[in-house]
Amino acid sequence: MTNHWIDFKNADVILIMGANPAENHPVSFRWIMKAKDAGAKVITVDPRFTRSAAKSDLYAPLRSGTDIAFLGGMINYIIENKLYFEQYVRDYTNSAYLVNGDFKMPGELAGLFSGYDPKKRSYDAKAWSFQKDKDDNPLKDPTLQDPNCVFQLMKKHYGRYTPELVAKTTGTPKEKLLEVYKLFASTGKPDKAGTSLYAMGWTQHTVGTQNIRAMSIIQLLLGNMGVAGGGINALRGESNVQGSTDHGLLFHILPGYMPVPSADLKDTAAYIEKHSPKSKDPQSANWWQNRNKYLISYMKAIYGAKATKENDFGYDWLPKLDPGMNASWLMIFDNMIKGKFKGFFAWGQNPACSGSNSNKVRNALAKLDWMVTTNLFDNETASFWKGPGMDPATVKTEVFFLPAAASFEKEGSISNSGRWAQWRTAAVKPLGQSKPDAEIIHELFQKLKALYAKEGGALPEQLTNLTWNYGFKRADGTIKAIDIHAVAKEINGYFLEDVEEKPKPLKPGEKAPPPPPPGTPKKMLGKKGELVGGFAMLQADGTTSCGSWIYCQSYNEKGNMMARRVKKDPTGLGLFPEWAWCWPVNRRIIYNRASCDQDGKPYNLKKAVVYWNPTAVQPTGALGAWIGDVPDGPWPPMSNEKEGRKPFIMRSDGVAAIFGPGLKDGPFPEHYEPVECPVPENFFSKQMTNPASKIFSDAGVKEDVLATCDVRFPLVATTYRVTEHWQTGVMTRNTPWLLELQPRQFCEISVELGKEKNISSGDIVEVSSARGAIEAVAMVTPRMKPFKIGDRIVHEIGLPWCFGWHTPGVGDAANLLTSTAGDANTMIPETKAFMVGIARKG
Amino acid sequence: MAVSRRDFLKLSGSGFAAATLGFNLAPVEAKAEDLAIRYAKESTTICPYCSVGCGMIVHTLGGNIINVEGDPDHPINEGSLCPKGASVYQLRDNKARVTTPMYRAAGASEWKSVSWEWALDEIAVKVKKSRDASFVPTSKIKIKEKVGGVDVEKEIEAVVNRTMGMASVGSAALDNEECYLYQKFLRGLGLVYIEHQARI
Repeated sequence: MTNHWIDFKNADVILIMGANPAENHPVSFRWIMKAKDAGAKVITVDPRFTRSAAKSDLYAPLRSGTDIAFLGGMINYIIENKLYFEQYVRDYTNSAYLVNGDFKMPGELAGLFSGYDPKKRSYDAKAWSFQKDKDDNPLKDPTLQDPNCVFQLMKKHYGRYTPELVAKTTGTPKEKLLEVYKLFASTGKPDKAGTSLYAMGWTQHTVGTQNIRAMSIIQLLLGNMGVAGGGINALRGESNVQGSTDHGLLFHILPGYMPVPSADLKDTAAYIEKHSPKSKDPQSANWWQNRNKYLISYMKAIYGAKATKENDFGYDWLPKLDPGMNASWLMIFDNMIKGKFKGFFAWGQNPACSGSNSNKVRNALAKLDWMVTTNLFDNETASFWKGPGMDPATVKTEVFFLPAAASFEKEGSISNSGRWAQWRTAAVKPLGQSKPDAEIIHELFQKLKALYAKEGGALPEQLTNLTWNYGFKRADGTIKAIDIHAVAKEINGYFLEDVEEKPKPLKPGEKAPPPPPPGTPKKMLGKKGELVGGFAMLQADGTTSCGSWIYCQSYNEKGNMMARRVKKDPTGLGLFPEWAWCWPVNRRIIYNRASCDQDGKPYNLKKAVVYWNPTAVQPTGALGAWIGDVPDGPWPPMSNEKEGRKPFIMRSDGVAAIFGPGLKDGPFPEHYEPVECPVPENFFSKQMTNPASKIFSDAGVKEDVLATCDVRFPLVATTYRVTEHWQTGVMTRNTPWLLELQPRQFCEISVELGKEKNISSGDIVEVSSARGAIEAVAMVTPRMKPFKIGDRIVHEIGLPWCFGWHTPGVGDAANLLTSTAGDANTMIPETKAFMVGIARKG
Repeated sequence: MAVSRRDFLKLSGSGFAAATLGFNLAPVEAKAEDLAIRYAKESTTICPYCSVGCGMIVHTLGGNIINVEGDPDHPINEGSLCPKGASVYQLRDNKARVTTPMYRAAGASEWKSVSWEWALDEIAVKVKKSRDASFVPTSKIKIKEKVGGVDVEKEIEAVVNRTMGMASVGSAALDNEECYLYQKFLRGLGLVYIEHQARI
C-alpha cells in the first residue's frame, strides 16, 4: 500500500475493485464505514454482488478479466470531460515527455505496440523510448499539446475505449459505467481524494500488472497519489506477505527490492553500474543511486568479517541467475514435473491447494526424492502421497514434516499491508515439540555447517561464511537458542567502524568552507558497534552492515521501534507515528510531497499530510522544514530551483510514470482477453490475449491444457475467499468453530443459470475444466447475474478456494480447475478468470 | 475527556465512572471480578491471518492460554476482531496440531513420529547430497561487449555458484526475522528457485 488501513477514513470516494474487504479484510471495513459516515461514497465493481457491494453506494458488475477495458474507459472519460488535475499531471508525471516519433500503438498495429517479436513472445522496449536532449533528459512539451507527448498518446490510445465498446466487453450496463466514472472522477479536484482498494482480483490475471497500472494512471490523472485518503492500496492476503516480500523470499529480489545478481554482472561494480539509475536532472533525487550502499551493507550483514574489499565483499558467493532466467513459481512446478529437482522445501505453505492447476503441482511433488515441509497442521501438500488418485506404494518421495510453533508461541515482527512492522510477544511456549521456524532454520543451518566442515563439498564457504551470531553460546561455541532480537538488529544494521559525517559535495563554483579550528570534535554518524539510525547513514565501503535497507531504523539505539505502543495522532489523520514502525523511515504515506503544490502548500488544507514551513529550523540549523508525516526526503519544495526535489524519488526522473516503458507488455495498459475466455473475438483488436504472457500449454506436459471458447466449458469461473476461512484453509479448516460456520465447498451460480441447467440451491454439482473437476454444493443466488457480452449471454460462476481433500467431507481444491498461465511481468498465474462446465450430480 | 473501553473498565472499578455517568455499574463490576482473565497474564500479539494487522491480547494462566481477544488500545482494530481472529484460541487448544516431527518413507502408506535429532540429521544429509550433486559453479552465457564502439555478442563462462536441484516455497506465515534468516540460509545453500505466497 502507498497509504495504510486507517487512512481509508480520509477518502471522499473509495473504489473497491478486485477486492472484497468486507469479506476478506473485515476489520478494515470499519475505516471504510467511518469514511462513509463522514460523507464519502463507496463504489464496488465486481463480477459478484459481494458483501462489500452490499455496503456500497454504487455497485457495477463486470465480467472477470475485463478490468482494463473498464478502467481504460474511465481514463477516456476523465480526459474527454477534462476532469483531471492539470497542475498535478503536468508537474508530477511524465505526461509532458515526448515519445519517439516511430512509436505505434494497438489502435494502429492490430492490438500490438511497436517492438513486438512473435517468435520470442516479447517486446523490445527500445521501441518505446523517449526523445532525449544532450544530457539524456527527456524532451518535454509542458503545454501537453505535442502529438508525440505522453498525454496526447494516452488520449489517443484510450479514445478507443468508448463507453459502448467497454460495455460490450465487460458486460457492465453503460449507464452504470458512466455513474462509476462520474463519481470517481469527482476526486480530480485538488482538495478531494479517491482511494483504490484492490487484491488478487487484479493480480491473478495474465494482464495483472497492467490492471494496476491502469488504476495508477487514473490516480495520477486525478492527483490522488501521496494524499491522505488516496493512493493505490493492495489489500494483501497474509499477515506477513508484505514482510516476506520485503525480505526477498522471491527468486528475483534480495531483501529491500534489490535485484538478484545475474551472471553477466561479474562483480559489485558491474552490479552497481547496471542497477543504479543515472540522472542529470538537478531536481531529481534519484534515490536508487544509493544502490551501492545497500548492496555492500547487505553483504556485510550476511558475510560479516568474511566480506572484504579484497574479495569484493563476497560477491562470488551470492548465487546468480543467467540473464533473463526465470525461476518463479510456475517454473518451479514445471521443472519439478519434468524431474529436474531432487529436493523441495514447502515451508509454511500448501501449494497442492494454493498452486494453480493443482493436479500439476501434486503430480510434480511425486517426482521428488525428498520434501521437507513445516506447518502447524498436516495438509494436502505434506500428505500428497495419499491424496486422491495417488497410490502411496508407487510414490517414492520421502517426506519430513517439521511441526512449527504458532504465531503467539514465539517472538518477532510482521508487516501489515500498510507497511507497519509490528512486534509480537510470546504468550506461551510452543505446543508439544513444535518449534519456532527460526529455531528450525537455525538447527538445520548448524547441522549443515558441521557436515560441510567435516566432509567438504561444493563451495562450502557459500554456507559456512554466513554470519550466524544470534544468541547465547554454550562452552563449545554453539548457540543454545536463537535470539530473535539479534536477527532484528542484523536486519536494521550496525556501524562496523566509527563513521564520520561526510561534508556535502560541492556544487560547481561553490567554495569549500574553511577547515574547522584544530580540536573541533568530528561530527559522527555513528560509533563502531552502534545500530544504524536510518538508511541515509549506510555506507558503500564496508563500514556499515544492513540486512534489509528499507528496515534500517526499525531497531536502533533507541530500542525496538516495532514494539512501540504510543497512541498519539498529531495530524488527526490516523498516522499514529509512534505506534509500531513503518518502512521506509516511518513514513506512513509514501510520495507525500506530491500532496503539496510546488511551494509546499497542501492541496487539501483540511487533510494535510505534510506542509513546508519556511521558518521552521531543522536539527542541522537549516531554515525551512516539512511538518507532518515523515516526508519523502528533507529537500525543500520544487519552487526552490537549487535545493528542491521532485516528489517521486524512487523514479530516476522524479516524476510518476503515466507512460511506463519498464513493463514487458506495453507502456500503456491494453485490454486483452484471459487465456481462457468465452468470446471468439476481442472487441478492441485482433490480438486475443496478452502477447507477452507466459503460456505453458505447448510444452508437452499433459496437465497444461487450455480450452477457450470450448462448448464443454462455456462458463466463466472465478475464485475467492470467505471470511471464515483463510487461504487454502489449513489453519481454519482445523479450527472447529470456523469449519462449523463454513463446512464445505460451494459454487455460486445465477438464478438464470440454475434454471437453464436445472440446478437448485443445495444440489450437488460437478464443476469441471480442461484440467480437473471438483464437487460442490450449488448456491443459486441473485448475487451472480448473466452478462451480455456483444450479442451473447455469458454466465459466470464463483468458487471459494479454501477447501481441500485432507479435511473429510469438505470437497477438494478449486485450484484443480485453474490454468497454468502467467502474467507477462510477474508470472502470477491467471486464477481469477478461467472456463468451466457445470452439471448436477445424481 | 476521552475514555477508551479499557480505561472505562479500569475507572469503573474505582467507582469513578459510575458516579459520573449517573447509572449503576455494579452488576458489570461483579461480573468482571468473576472473569478468569482477572488473574491472567496479558501478552500482546498481532493476528496471524489477513494483512490488516489487528492487535490481540492473549490471556495465559499457568502457561496455558485461557482467552484471546481484540486489543482495545490498538489503533487499527480498536478491540474488534473478525471470526478468524476471534477463533485464534482454537489454534492452541487443538488436537490436530502436529506436535512431533513426522516422516514418510518412500512407498510408505503412513506417517511415523520421529525425533527432531533424527529428522534434522537426515534432512541435512539429503540437502548436502542434493546440493553437491547439482551445484553449478559456472554457466555459459552470452554477453555484449563494446568493441570499437560497436556491441559484439560473445559467449563467456560466468561464475554463478548456484544449486539447480532444489527449490523452496514459503513463507508469508513467517515473522520478518524468520523470512530474513530463511532467505539467508537458502542463498547460503546456493538456491535460486526461491518463491512464496506473494507470487500466487
